[in-house]
Amino acid sequence: MSGTEDGGMEDGGMEGGGMGGAGLEGAREGSGAKAGATAGSATEDSGEKAGTTEDGAGEDGGSSDGGTGRRGTPTVRPAATAPARRAASPTARRTATRTGQYAALLAYLAFLAFPFLWLISTAFKPPRELGSIHPTWIPEAPTLENFRQAFAQQPLLAAAGNSLLAAALSALSAIVLATPMAYVLARYRNRLSRAATGWVVISQAFPLVLVIIPLFLILKGIHLVDSRIGLIMVYVVWSLPFALWMLTGYVRAVPPELEEAAAVDGAGRVRTLVSVTAPLLAPGIVATALFAFITAWNEFFFALVLLKSPGKQTLPVVLTHFLGTEGVADLGPLAAAALLATLPSLLLFAVIQRRITGGMLAGAVKN
Amino acid sequence: MTLTTAPRRSDATAADRAARTRRDHGAWFLVLPALIPILLLSVGPLLYGIGLAFTDAQSGRTQATRFGGLLNFSDLFHDTLFWDSFRIGLVWAFGVTVPQFFLALGLALLLHLPLRLRWLARALAIIPWAMPEVVVGIMWRLVYHPDAGILNETLRGLGLSGATEGRDWLSGLATALPAVIVVGIWAGMPQTTVTLLAGLQHVPRELHEAAAMDGAGAWRRFRTVTWPALRPIALSVTALNFIWNFNSFALVFVLTDGGPGGRTRLPMLFAYEEAFRYGQFGYAATMGLAMVAVISVLLAVYLAGRLKGEDDR
Repeated sequence: MSGTEDGGMEDGGMEGGGMGGAGLEGAREGSGAKAGATAGSATEDSGEKAGTTEDGAGEDGGSSDGGTGRRGTPTVRPAATAPARRAASPTARRTATRTGQYAALLAYLAFLAFPFLWLISTAFKPPRELGSIHPTWIPEAPTLENFRQAFAQQPLLAAAGNSLLAAALSALSAIVLATPMAYVLARYRNRLSRAATGWVVISQAFPLVLVIIPLFLILKGIHLVDSRIGLIMVYVVWSLPFALWMLTGYVRAVPPELEEAAAVDGAGRVRTLVSVTAPLLAPGIVATALFAFITAWNEFFFALVLLKSPGKQTLPVVLTHFLGTEGVADLGPLAAAALLATLPSLLLFAVIQRRITGGMLAGAVKN
Repeated sequence: MTLTTAPRRSDATAADRAARTRRDHGAWFLVLPALIPILLLSVGPLLYGIGLAFTDAQSGRTQATRFGGLLNFSDLFHDTLFWDSFRIGLVWAFGVTVPQFFLALGLALLLHLPLRLRWLARALAIIPWAMPEVVVGIMWRLVYHPDAGILNETLRGLGLSGATEGRDWLSGLATALPAVIVVGIWAGMPQTTVTLLAGLQHVPRELHEAAAMDGAGAWRRFRTVTWPALRPIALSVTALNFIWNFNSFALVFVLTDGGPGGRTRLPMLFAYEEAFRYGQFGYAATMGLAMVAVISVLLAVYLAGRLKGEDDR
C-alpha cells in the first residue's frame, strides 16, 4: 500500500503536529557541551563497540588528544597508575568512541544516499556509457539526451498534468472537508471522536484490495472508471483519515481560551473562527494540504487499477511503461523520467518535513 | 486517555451558555462534509468488499453474482499458490520489519548524540520517505542491473566478481526475495528512525545521569533506562511497519512483478492478479479477508503498545 501508515491519533495526548517537534535535529542541543564535560552523559550507541576496549594510554602519560584513539596495541597498565594517566584514559576512550560513532553515521548516510546518487548518475549518462561493462559513478560526458528521449517515448507532460490535477484537487478537497470535522474532534470529545480515531487506524491497516474491488464496481456503476474525476474522488476519501489526524492535532494546539475570550468580547461564532482560529491554524492547514498533495502525487495502486487510457494516467503509472516486458528496456530515459517525477515530492517534503516529524510519536507517514 | 480542556464554566453567562448551545448544534453539522464521503467511499466499500468474499463475483460476467457461502474460503485453503504467496508475504514483512527496526534504532541512537552531520542525515532521510514507491523500485532496479548496475561493479571492485559476474539479483530464484527485502528496508528506514528518535527524546535525562553516576556503562544504561522507556513505541512502530509491509504492493510490483517464478509474489500482488488480470473479484476479496486475519493480530499488538505508552506518560 502506498500511502500513510499512521499512528492513530491519541485521544488527547498528541501534541499538535506542527508545534515544535524535534525532527532529526534533536531537542537537546545543550547536550553537546555536556557530553564534552561529563564522560558518557550521552547515550552511547551500544552497537558501536569501537574504542571501548581501546586504552590509548601509551607510555607518555597519555597526551590523549591524538584524535584517532587508535594508537597501536593496548598495553597492559601497571596496577599503580599515576592519577594523571588515569584521567587521560577516559578521554582517549571517548575520542575512540566518537570516531566509531562517526564511522557508523557515515555508513548510514552512504546507505541512504547511494541509490539516489546512482539514479542521478544514470539519468545524465549518454547511451554509450550506459552500455559500458564497467559503469562509473560520474558520467564522463554528461548529457540531457535522456530527458529529451523520455519525453519522446512516453506522454510525460500529459501524465504530469494528470498527476498535478489529481494531487491539487484532492489535497484542496480533503482540507475543505476535513477541517470542520477536525475542529469538532479536537473541541468536543465524545463517542464520535473515538470512532473517528479508530477508523483512522483501521482504514490504514486494511489491505487495499478489499477496498479497491468494491470501489471499482461502484465507480463502474456510475461510469467513473477510467476517469480522472473518479480517481480524484477516491484520493480525497483516502487522504481524509490522515488529514483529519493531522488537523486535529493542530486544532488542539490552539487554546480554546482564545476562542472563549473572543466570544466573551461579543464576537459571533463565525467571526471567532475566521479571525482567531483560522490564522493560527493556517500553517497546519498548509502542511496538511502539502502532505495530501505528495501522497496523491506518489500514489500508484489506485491509479493503476482505475485508469486505463494512457492519456489519463498519472506519472507513476506512466513511469512503469518505461519498463519493458524484458526487464529494463532503456535505462537512461527511465532514470531521467523517474528523477523528474520525484523532484516535486522531494521539494515539497523538504518544506514540511519538520512539521511531519514533529509530534510524530504515534507512527510514521509512509509513502 | 487524557482529555483536552472543556470550556470553563466559571464565568458562564446566559449569553455565553446560549452561544455554546448554538455551537454544539453546529458541531455535529460540521462533521458531515467529511463523514458522508468516508461512509460512502471508505466504510461502505470495505463492508461491500467483505461481502464480496462470500460470492463468486467476476468481472465482465453477464449473469448475476451468486452467494457462495464459504466456497471461496475452502478453495483458498486448498490453493497452494495462495499459501506460497502468504508465506512469502510473511517472510517479506518479517525480513523487512525486524532488520529495519535494529538499523533504525542504531541510527536513532546516533542522531540522539550531538554529532556534527545530523543536518545531513535529516536531509537524506527525505529521499526514501518522500519518493514515490514506483521510483524507489526503478532506482533499485538500476542499482541491481546485471551489467549496468553499480552493485555488481562495486563487487567487482572488491574482487568478488567470481561469484557475481553479471548476476541478475532480481531474477535469481534464490536472490530475488532477499534483494527486494533490502529495498524494503531502505524505503522505510527514515520513518522508523524518526519515530524512535521522538521516543528517545522522551527518555528522562535525569535517569541516564543517575545511572552514569552509579557507574553503569553505555550498554547497561541502554538496557535499564532507554529500552524500558522506548519499548511501547518500539512495539507499536514494529507492529505498524509489519502491517504496512504485509500490505505493500507498488515496490515489489515494479521491482519484480512477483517473479521469478512467483518467488516474490506478495499477497497483494496475488490478489491484484486474481482481481484485475483474471477478473476473479470474489476470490480476490477472500484473499484480502485472509490477510485481515494476520493484520488483526498485529493491530491488537499495536493498540496494546499504544495504551501502555499512554499509561506510562
